Amino acid sequence: MADADFDEVRRLQQERNSLKKSKTFDPSTQRTDNSTKVALTDTFDTTLYDRTGVDKFAGYNTTVGGDDDEDMDMQDGDGTRRLVGQYTATKEMMNEFAQDDDFDPMAAHTKGNQIAERETDYQKRRFARKLSPTRKDGFAEDNGEGRSYKEVMQERELEREEERVRRRIEDKLKSGESMDDIQHEATLKAEDKEKDSSAEGTRKRVCEYLSLGVEELLTPLKKKRWDVAGDASTAATEEDDGAKKSRSSRWDVAGAPDATPVVKRSRWDQAPSLTAATPVGNQGLVTPIHPSSSAVPQMPLTFGLGDRNAALSDEELDEMLPKEGYVILQPPPGYAPIRQPARKLMQTPAPMASASGIGGFMMQEPENARQIGKQMPTDIPGVGDLQFFKAEDMQYFGKLVDGADENQMTVDELKERKIMRLLLKVKNGTPPMRKTALRQLTDNARQFGAGPLFNQILPLLMEKTLEDQERHLLVKVIDRILYKLDDLVRPYTHKILVVIEPLLIDQDYYARVEGREIISNLSKAAGLAHMISTMRPDIDHVDEYVRNTTARAFAVVASALGIPALLPFLRAVCRSKKSWQARHTGVKIVQQIPILMGCAILPHLKGLVECIGPNLEDEQAKVRTVTSLAIAALAEAAHPYGIESFDSILQPLWTGAKKQRGKGLAGFLKAVGYVIPLMDEEYANYYTGEVMGIVLREFQSPDEEMKKVVLKVVSQCAGTEGVTAAYLKEHVLPEFFKAFWIRRMALDKRNYRQVVETTVDLAQKVGCGEIVERIVDHLKDESEPYRKMTLESVEKVIASLGAADIGERLEERLVDGVLYAFQEQSIEDIVMLNGFGTVVNALGTRTKPYLPQIVSTILWRLNNKSSAVRQQSADLISRIAVVMKQCGEDALMGKLGIVLYEYLGEEYPEVLGSILGALRSIVTVVGINSMQPPIKDLLPRLTPILRNRHEKVQENTIDLVGRIADRGAEFVSAREWMRICFELLDMLKAHKKGIRRAANNTFGFIAKAIGPQDVLATLLNNLRVQERQSRVCTAVAIGIVAETCAPFTVLPALMNEYRVPELNVQNGVLKAMSFLFEYIGEMAKDYVYAITPLLEDALIDRDQVHRQTAASVVKHIALGVVGLGCEDAMMHLLNLIFPNIFETSPHVIDRIIEAIDAIRMAIGPGLVMNYVWAGLFHPARKVRTPYWRLYNNAYVQSADALVPYYPNLDEERLVRHELYIVV
Amino acid sequence: MADKLRATQQLEQLQARYVGTGHADTTKYEWISNLHRDTLASYIGHPQMLEYMAVGTGEPMAKLRTKFVERMIQPVGKPPEKED
Repeated sequence: MADADFDEVRRLQQERNSLKKSKTFDPSTQRTDNSTKVALTDTFDTTLYDRTGVDKFAGYNTTVGGDDDEDMDMQDGDGTRRLVGQYTATKEMMNEFAQDDDFDPMAAHTKGNQIAERETDYQKRRFARKLSPTRKDGFAEDNGEGRSYKEVMQERELEREEERVRRRIEDKLKSGESMDDIQHEATLKAEDKEKDSSAEGTRKRVCEYLSLGVEELLTPLKKKRWDVAGDASTAATEEDDGAKKSRSSRWDVAGAPDATPVVKRSRWDQAPSLTAATPVGNQGLVTPIHPSSSAVPQMPLTFGLGDRNAALSDEELDEMLPKEGYVILQPPPGYAPIRQPARKLMQTPAPMASASGIGGFMMQEPENARQIGKQMPTDIPGVGDLQFFKAEDMQYFGKLVDGADENQMTVDELKERKIMRLLLKVKNGTPPMRKTALRQLTDNARQFGAGPLFNQILPLLMEKTLEDQERHLLVKVIDRILYKLDDLVRPYTHKILVVIEPLLIDQDYYARVEGREIISNLSKAAGLAHMISTMRPDIDHVDEYVRNTTARAFAVVASALGIPALLPFLRAVCRSKKSWQARHTGVKIVQQIPILMGCAILPHLKGLVECIGPNLEDEQAKVRTVTSLAIAALAEAAHPYGIESFDSILQPLWTGAKKQRGKGLAGFLKAVGYVIPLMDEEYANYYTGEVMGIVLREFQSPDEEMKKVVLKVVSQCAGTEGVTAAYLKEHVLPEFFKAFWIRRMALDKRNYRQVVETTVDLAQKVGCGEIVERIVDHLKDESEPYRKMTLESVEKVIASLGAADIGERLEERLVDGVLYAFQEQSIEDIVMLNGFGTVVNALGTRTKPYLPQIVSTILWRLNNKSSAVRQQSADLISRIAVVMKQCGEDALMGKLGIVLYEYLGEEYPEVLGSILGALRSIVTVVGINSMQPPIKDLLPRLTPILRNRHEKVQENTIDLVGRIADRGAEFVSAREWMRICFELLDMLKAHKKGIRRAANNTFGFIAKAIGPQDVLATLLNNLRVQERQSRVCTAVAIGIVAETCAPFTVLPALMNEYRVPELNVQNGVLKAMSFLFEYIGEMAKDYVYAITPLLEDALIDRDQVHRQTAASVVKHIALGVVGLGCEDAMMHLLNLIFPNIFETSPHVIDRIIEAIDAIRMAIGPGLVMNYVWAGLFHPARKVRTPYWRLYNNAYVQSADALVPYYPNLDEERLVRHELYIVV
Repeated sequence: MADKLRATQQLEQLQARYVGTGHADTTKYEWISNLHRDTLASYIGHPQMLEYMAVGTGEPMAKLRTKFVERMIQPVGKPPEKED
């Protein structure tokens, strides 16, 4: 590169710098301040204030006006002077409400937390599920209350029938056929006469729902039902039926004079059911209603939610009504206020448009203290202060504030309230409250009983406004009480599943794990048989959502109870003749099992494959597809074993792949793609050849899913042993590049990733050169995403295969392309940087001819206006520095160094960090001695940068300074190093651990370079500062200095410092010693006796922390001198430490015990245990406890060594005779 | 409170892993039984020790080993009667 270029760049640089107008920066020398004197008027904190030169008083009024005093004359006054000053609020206060106050700063925050807010429509379908009634426990003695398996199955069948009819009607309506004269045969036959009333109810619901012109469909059913009633009525109904049949519309009904007008109301007349979406209150059924929700009468929404319509309180009534001459009557015994179901009260639902739940025009209402008080109970009796209390919580926990007298309640009511209180504490309480409440719930779970507990917890979990944290806590409650309840949980299994299953498809990984954990615990508690009987009815549920989640839950059950246990059931389900939904779900379970368990399925692989094998040829396309996906999942989990298990399905799989088209084919191809890698070479080769025909054909498919699958298949086939490079080159590559290396693919993120991945996989087989050759020209394409995709592929290919395969001509094109792509990027992207770095590093010395060009690109970009460009080019320097050195371009690097050095005035911290990083990498490869600019210039420039607060800058500077201190300390004067020492002290406060560590190490290097005395003095002074972290780090630094400069240079000063009568300093000294002895290890043996008096003093200090720190010093000394003959000193220290075992503060006692353990290592267990035996069976528990702790530690760490030292037991049968054998 | 809870949990874990560890409510009988078991295990675990004892008692090592293993069941006799 020509020197002219450099000069040009430097000139531009200087222009830029001089534009910055900073007087403290002298562009000619690049030093911030060249005078050693300090101006007294200067501000020192340059990060906050500018230095001199700029007028300090700019922006202030410098003169006091004589005649323009606004206070004196009032424009709007009446010209007369007032005697009393007028005081009013400030402008800001008056204008405060004038602005738009719709903006709620917390809105975004509160919304984001709710789980329902971020759920997809599919996930929201969980709200459509209801908590089902309690089931019977088939294993219990008395069988209990609740519905049996049979009843549930019947209900499911009805639901399916309902769905079938509805769909039928929809189809008919769609096709425009008249419904009149078609008689449909119901699939449900008359034999289920004995069906319970709930079945009846469902049937009625069907009728209501279908309302218009559909009665006919169900009349046969109805007639049969009435048949049972009796002869007399039969005739009548028969007639009636005849009449019904003849009429064509319901309008006739009203016309008939004598018929009791049982007018079927159209569904438009009814308010929509409120209950479908909410868990509570499935009216008329045995469904549990949350105990508190019935107690709080609900206000119909139409009345408005405002305070105007709130119920009058007793106090208000007292105020309104006359007091004299009237008596307040007690309600008669047995009176209960009528509670209308909310559905009846509500005539037309208010539109739920606005956030407040009310749409349309609303009068602004003044805030009312009464209402606020109602909304936010500050303190729930018996619960204490909560973290928060939401409006929705009132629905569940309202009972707690109703102020009822607890003395008159039954035990059950009391229990219910107790649970409620505990749950509220868990859900809304502070962490310590939560902890105790959770513990109480767990411990008393069996006393509370499963029913009362779950009836309260589960509705809470179905609440729509639930937040992550609340859900987590409630799920935790369930988890804990499951353990305790064990088989009592059985009747509630299904309810729990309804609530927990949605967790299995949550986006949040931890929610999924939590869900799995609960279900697996549940299945362990309830047992396999009960789990199957509970979940069986959901397997062919009408709702796909229910089936999907049930399948996932079943897979969890399988992983909890073992696949073999579940396999017979799965086999039966997969072969179900009754419904394809059951088969579909069965296969889906098998698909989920390997996804969940991975290679743990291997022992049962054959069983699983055989179970779903026949479904490959199912008559339902959906079942076939899911089966192929299940096989793909099994094969993926089994890789690279288990091909023999797939033998039986290979044939159908293969024919399927050949026969299918469209979506079905995608699944089959995927399965084939996953099975091929399991095969041995020969077969794999054959099948690849066969399948490739289909895959190549499908390259053209416009379907995104298919694209993904074929790409996956290609990369899998390419990875198999038997497939040769020649085959791929000849048959696959041309088609592949034609179909997928087009600009459009780079636009979609998912396609992009897939294509890159597949290309890299192909390259593994066909070699780097082949692939790069084909795509290198795209580096100069006009589409930027496409260039990016190309460079990423090139980077990955070269990173894994190296550049040896790349010829001379290709190399030229490659570097050219990379340079072009790098220069043309409009958004600075890490992909480009990585690609450039990788290519250059892979080419190594072959880069030499291109280096001048690369460097000049970098230089120009370093001078760019945009900070991102400058940062990126600095980063690039750090990546290619090694290669530049290899190419022998030292001169070029020197120039780069100088340019970078001149950029140290950079104002963007991110860029400055990168520039420092680049400098560091140059220093590293060039070496300290030949560094340009020379170290003696560079380092003083770095000292002020050490003060920069930005983490990236700090990290890079300290790294660079540390390196210089390590290798080239002699280039810089001791004074400069001391200055750096002072700056480094601040670094000890850094948040990032890496920075603190680097700073500590640098202390060590500097101490080594200039001798420990001065550094140590600085550090010892720093022990007096207030900040704990700073003191700790100083202590560490002292330890490091002692390690690098030998302990005898440090210890005397340290021990002297201990004489300072200040606790912080003494503690700091002890802390430093603790680190010191930890670092020097065995060297400690020479200092033990010197240090003992100091430790004696420290160990009998009154301050706990002091003794604690001393104990940790003892620990490190003791561990250092094991077996080095310092037993007497250790024994002495043990005597001083031992009384401390009754300390209770956790940190103190931990350190004490550690010290004793360490001494036990040094002097052997026998001596230490002599102290311990005395207390093991002391009458006082307080004494026994710490002694047992010591014993346990000794036992765990050296049980065998204790044997000879156990005390002699006097009683005859307790003596260990063998020990007395003497030969 | 939290620390206490953690301490108990840790102790429970420790006890689950090492039978011989104890706590403030360990009885003398339990402790001495474990002590003897550990001693016997130690004899068996050090072949030289076993050999020494075999020489001393005049019994073959294998027999001695079996004897020791069997004695581990109730090394110091039956547990004391519970008194309520």
